[in-house]
Amino acid sequence: MKCWIAFWNIVVKDFRTYYLKPPNISWGLIFPLAWTGMFFIKSGRGLESISAILPGVIALSILFGTTSLLAVTVTFEKKNRSFERLLLAPIPLELLMLAKTSGAILFGMFNAFVPVFMAAFLVNLTDVNWFVFVPAVFLISVASTFLGLFIAVAVNEVFEAQTFSNFFRFPMIFLCGLFFPISALPFFLKPLAYALPLTYGADMLHGAIHGGNVLSLSVDLTILAVFCVGLFVACLRNIQRRWIA
Amino acid sequence: MTHYHNDESDIAIKVQGLAKKFGAVQAVASVDFEVNAGELFGFLGPNGAGKTTTINMLTGLARPDAGKIHIGGIDCTQRPRGAQHLIGVVPDESNLYPELSGFDNLCFCAALYGLDKSERQARARELLDTFDLANAAERKFGGYSKGMKRRLTIAAGIIHRPKILFLDEPTSGIDVASARHMRQLIGDLHKSGTTIFLTTHYIDEAERLCDRIAFIMSGRIVRVDSVANLIQPIRQKHVMQIAFENGQGELTGELSEAFPGLNFICHQPGLIQVEGKEPVRVGPLVRFLEDRGAEVSEARKIRPSLEDVFVQITGVGADMMRKEKEKTGGNQ
Repeated sequence: MKCWIAFWNIVVKDFRTYYLKPPNISWGLIFPLAWTGMFFIKSGRGLESISAILPGVIALSILFGTTSLLAVTVTFEKKNRSFERLLLAPIPLELLMLAKTSGAILFGMFNAFVPVFMAAFLVNLTDVNWFVFVPAVFLISVASTFLGLFIAVAVNEVFEAQTFSNFFRFPMIFLCGLFFPISALPFFLKPLAYALPLTYGADMLHGAIHGGNVLSLSVDLTILAVFCVGLFVACLRNIQRRWIA
Repeated sequence: MTHYHNDESDIAIKVQGLAKKFGAVQAVASVDFEVNAGELFGFLGPNGAGKTTTINMLTGLARPDAGKIHIGGIDCTQRPRGAQHLIGVVPDESNLYPELSGFDNLCFCAALYGLDKSERQARARELLDTFDLANAAERKFGGYSKGMKRRLTIAAGIIHRPKILFLDEPTSGIDVASARHMRQLIGDLHKSGTTIFLTTHYIDEAERLCDRIAFIMSGRIVRVDSVANLIQPIRQKHVMQIAFENGQGELTGELSEAFPGLNFICHQPGLIQVEGKEPVRVGPLVRFLEDRGAEVSEARKIRPSLEDVFVQITGVGADMMRKEKEKTGGNQ
């Protein structure tokens, strides 16, 4: 019970201190809007292209929203040593890091629904399979957040976190089947595409929105869940190795 | 509240053979000591001596390479986070959340230890009163003065009523009045039965507050004893300081030859410290100096302090230690 009081208060504190700040809310709104506009204009095919580009825009909104904020907030707290307060608290490290990442996961899910909300005014979304869509959004948020945590633990400065994030994020835009099908990639890049978690999340979203998934949804779901667990375990190991060394 | 040489159950902190290496640097080497329950234990040493590394290992923020740590009877080598509920930590930098108010910072820290809402709010108000911060309770921590930040950081360290409190440089970088207030609060905590592990660069502060002191140099404990035992041998000396102008030649050498029962140390030009086993007679010394062209401006008796013991044991001047600390952030 005491651990959950700590857990809940860490989440609430992070929301108050970081995620509900006006600049971050506007980032959560403007960023998906910009991606949607950019790909909509680029497609040149009119309103019918929206459902095709929606999975990619949703995935990117989550990816950029979570990795940016988590990498910055954790690095910032580590830098000003307030993170030590959390490490000194009598709660298991696993629970502490889940609390620290929960805010970013929820923020990522909020980011995901911004393009959906906008698309709802332009196209018919009644065919969307929400039972697949919501778990996909959740798992992409979790995987992206843990990727952000992995980056935050690996660096010392806030600016390093941003540049290091881009090292992972930008290749994913082109390699994960968000806007260009993986089948269209050169053969030597295909293995790399399947080594990235967002590939499976994007495939689930394609399946949920217009039924265009390549892999079976259960395979996507399983592999994405494995990525989430693997990234979290790697983050915990890095924290033990670098911060409690 | 002070107990010495008690059984295992009265030992709050027990450290055996503690060692830690960073690359080629041996930060802490085979450190042993015990802190009794209810004791105020000072941990003194110059910068880089291994104080912070030792505290980090004791509080679970660093893993020792070798050795054993028991806190409140819990083997922290086996369970590094096992004693977290027993300890409070006040780091050398105020590390609360600048965006939160003083009250919210305390409530948040209390929540980390599982206090429920009504309990943490009551405790936060109580501590804001105790630390004279009630008027600033709703102001953001980022806007506090250094002294206020330090006080709130200590309040945050004891919000959960820890049995053992680690205080790292509690008065560093704050004004004289705030430092005095802080020392009074530390004394009150000690009287209430809290075991306190204190590191400080201000040796007079350690002398005033601590029951026992450990001196650490280059990662090794060079002496652990009660303040009274540390000072006793040096208190038997009689020390006098003579200030003068226009002295010529190597005066300390000439003085040593002329007054063989006395020891002369020149700390800086125009200032000589005289030490003897018997009370020092100032008249012959002044006449001797004036015969050699010196104009004596002041001669005063010095009461030897822990600072002299520290200099004797570590070979590091206390002034040097203060300056080092000021360079790294403190400015008292």
